[in-house]
Amino acid sequence: MELVISHINYWVAILLMMIGFYALIARGNLVKTIVGLNIFQASVFLLYITFGKVSGGTAPILQKNTELYSNPLPHVLILTAIVVGVATTSLGLALVVRIYESYGTIEEDEIAELDSKEED
Amino acid sequence: MSIEIYIDLILVIFLAITALAVIYVRNLFAVAMLSGIYSLLMASIFVVLDAVDVAFTEASVGAGISTVLMLGVLAITGNREKISYKSSLLPLLIVIGTGSLLVYGTWDLPMFGDPYAPVHMHVAPEYISNTYKHTGMPNIVTAVLASYRGYDTLGEVGVIFTAGVGVLLLLSRKKMNKHTNAKNKLEDKS
Repeated sequence: MELVISHINYWVAILLMMIGFYALIARGNLVKTIVGLNIFQASVFLLYITFGKVSGGTAPILQKNTELYSNPLPHVLILTAIVVGVATTSLGLALVVRIYESYGTIEEDEIAELDSKEED
Repeated sequence: MSIEIYIDLILVIFLAITALAVIYVRNLFAVAMLSGIYSLLMASIFVVLDAVDVAFTEASVGAGISTVLMLGVLAITGNREKISYKSSLLPLLIVIGTGSLLVYGTWDLPMFGDPYAPVHMHVAPEYISNTYKHTGMPNIVTAVLASYRGYDTLGEVGVIFTAGVGVLLLLSRKKMNKHTNAKNKLEDKS
């Protein structure tokens, strides 16, 4: 039981990462692929923030009568990563809109079909 | 064992259920809403794990802006996912294989919340003890982000600027084409 409690966050992060990975490689719909990418990213955030936690610690904002703080450095890294993540999401969604304007569909197999017709 | 580990446990189970639902649901509007819920749950977990600044950002950027962007895209592209008939066996095998390798890797990781984990030993104590002396800011995360690592944050602004320019170029191409078509017609007439 103790092993489960002390590792559950790592395992859930891996589970989420694999769910996002599956959505990325198995789903043909482009919007769903981007949601999968977001799930994948957020699982990495969870992993890092879990590393930074100190049990009995408090948020890394200095105050009187407190000695134990959680590690602030993973927080800084992930703060940057979240903002970069939303930049990639918006670029991906803009590509989806552009593909829809050109092909009239956002399903991968239909796009491939239209492409092969064009080559014939 | 403190109460926060149990709150964390419940929230991560919700998180896993939400992520599984994203895979199964075919209505893309529901998928966008579920991804908003996912981000909000993630923000709640960050609060439990003492990362309050990260939780703010995740709640506003992940649950707010991303969802709005996705809804904007769905308004253009329509919200039904086609039922696909291609086999999902190979992706499933790849995912299970990778996942079990990663779980095998977690055996060496430190216990959750262990104050003597290697990650807490080296650089972090110096930041915690010196930040107020150096910068005068009580919030260490803000101090590292904007003061010690200010140039990195400048680089981040560069990344966002590039993404913004990319989005503008991608979305303005069609109008530009229309414009050139109209221009060509005018030239043909004259």
